[in-house]
Amino acid sequence: MTALTLTNVCKSFGSVEVLKDINLTVEDGEFVVFVGPSGCGKSTLLRVIAGLEDATSGSVSIGGDVVNNIPPAKRGIAMVFQSYALYPHLSVRDNMALGLKQEKQPKSVIDERVNKAVQMLDLNAYVDRRPSDLSGGQRQRVAIGRAIVRDPKLFLFDEPLSNLDAALRMNTRIEIAELHRTLSASMIYVTHDQTEAMTLADKIVVLRDGKVEQVGSPMELYNNPANQFVAGFLGSPSMNFLKKVEIDLPQNGTLGIRPEQLEVVEQGRIRGRVTHVERLGGDTNLLVASDQNEVLTVRLFGQDPTEVGQSIELDFDDSSAFVFDAENQRVR
Amino acid sequence: MNTARHNRFNTFAAHGVLILYTLIALFPVFVIVINSFKTRKAIFREPLAMPNADSFSLIGYETVLKQGDFFLYFQNSMIVTVGSLFFILLFGAMAAFALAEYRFKGNLMMGLYLALGIMIPIRIGTVAILEMMVQTGLVNTLWALILVYTAQGLPLAVFILSEFMRQVSDDLKNAGRIDGLSEYRIFFRLVLPLVRPAMATVAVFNMIPIWNDLWFPLILAPAEEVKTLTLGSQVFIGQFVTDWNAVLSALSLAILPVMALYVIFSRQLIRGITSGAVK
Ligand SMILES: Nc1ncnc2c1ncn2[C@@H]1O[C@H](COP(=O)(O)OP(=O)(O)O)[C@@H](O)[C@H]1O
Ligand SMILES: [Mg+2]
Repeated sequence: MTALTLTNVCKSFGSVEVLKDINLTVEDGEFVVFVGPSGCGKSTLLRVIAGLEDATSGSVSIGGDVVNNIPPAKRGIAMVFQSYALYPHLSVRDNMALGLKQEKQPKSVIDERVNKAVQMLDLNAYVDRRPSDLSGGQRQRVAIGRAIVRDPKLFLFDEPLSNLDAALRMNTRIEIAELHRTLSASMIYVTHDQTEAMTLADKIVVLRDGKVEQVGSPMELYNNPANQFVAGFLGSPSMNFLKKVEIDLPQNGTLGIRPEQLEVVEQGRIRGRVTHVERLGGDTNLLVASDQNEVLTVRLFGQDPTEVGQSIELDFDDSSAFVFDAENQRVR
Repeated sequence: MNTARHNRFNTFAAHGVLILYTLIALFPVFVIVINSFKTRKAIFREPLAMPNADSFSLIGYETVLKQGDFFLYFQNSMIVTVGSLFFILLFGAMAAFALAEYRFKGNLMMGLYLALGIMIPIRIGTVAILEMMVQTGLVNTLWALILVYTAQGLPLAVFILSEFMRQVSDDLKNAGRIDGLSEYRIFFRLVLPLVRPAMATVAVFNMIPIWNDLWFPLILAPAEEVKTLTLGSQVFIGQFVTDWNAVLSALSLAILPVMALYVIFSRQLIRGITSGAVK
């Protein structure tokens, strides 16, 4: 069964088209990540799915039923927001229980589900506190708990980790992945961070300016990007794009080469000077200005003695390079 | 952050200016209060002197309290002020929420129309208001005053509150919608508590002009049983003789309830700001 189907979904605010003809399916139990730069319409798409905004045209169906005219609370979804959005006047327990109380569930069911979520998220010590007495990470866990308690057909996450610091972000990311495995629920996760997308997703949907650019598993998108945007968006450091290089390119075309595919050699097709070195311990990233005045990133594994200012020659295996035409589409 | 804040001299200067301002602002009140405790002769002989054994007298207060209806006036003023504030805050907040939260045709025009009321003084419409009150039979009732003051206070209330409501997190309201809260519950339980400081500001802004108003009580409700305190105190001010003891005592007493209300609202104001409720 499909958890979610979007058919020709469009959304405009006044005359501004924010979503343009989105078609998409999410299978049962799938973890789908919407990724794209800020302002590309990810949150709007999520709000349309949740029913917080009406689609201008097109249909949204959840679990096989068209839900265009059904209010958010009855769609069988739960949402986790970037800003946590906990009710400030309620305790942690009541925050989690509110949705079920509104559904008029019996108290025994409410208690059972809340307790289970509290166990799962390790929130035992905090159930009677107010949100203002919790740290950012704890608040986000409460927000996740509030979603779990509703036992939804579809989870929606809108950049849930953006307000957390780096270390906590990684832990919470792992927790969300584990949660997905234990609940085997369908989840949609929105982020602008390609690392989160690559590490969490079964399926990534890359969005740009309200349009779907490409859909596929993380490795499909990484190994086979359909266009220059997807190629440049996924992978860190991001792909190098060169226009002036000793290789046959289509008219006005671009060559794409990932930083880890560049090799430092005695005599290569790219010559340049090192302008900056980032030593990360495990890797070393070199920033190189080529003699054609293009900037490249080179990722070397391990620790490398190269110094700033040094002249350097680089080369690559043609089979690992990508070629894009003048419209930035991939040429295979 | 702002290094000027931590500068000793600037702190000192700022406090100096504020203390000076406070002294200037409080001086007339101080003169009223001390003179209300003096004999008529002493008021005129040395208006700035403190009352002493010689000049001390409660004659003003006695006159005011003997005037019998003083407590009734007091009660009327209280009912009118509290009632008007209640309706201003209730309807103002509701209109502000609708303007801030919902996209509908004419949203902008409606906002501008309401804001227009800030610029046009309601007294221009006094004659029409009086005619309306006569026709609806509301003349000489407290309702006449409450309705007029509510209308007078609404534009600014809507303007200020809608600005604050726009700042309440959309995510919070949306979380409520997903949990199945009605729009009314979202308004009363989620949004209103977060804009409490703004509500207190609106209340303080409206309270004092309503309490002190003489114009509308004189025109719409001059009857003895619905007189407000300000109107009631006018009996002591005559064209030829003015009972200064009584006037000053009445004014001193009139300050008390406004001060009490102010303390209540400003507590809210400060609590709202310091608890960081919005974030
Ligand atoms: N309520 C709204 N009214 C008008 N424009 C909006 C509204 N919500 C979002 N937009 C516009 O839609 C675009 C996409 O916004 P959003 O979905 O929040 O992007 P993202 O979440 O990908 O950063 C932005 O250009 C934003 O200005
Ligand atoms: Mg967003």
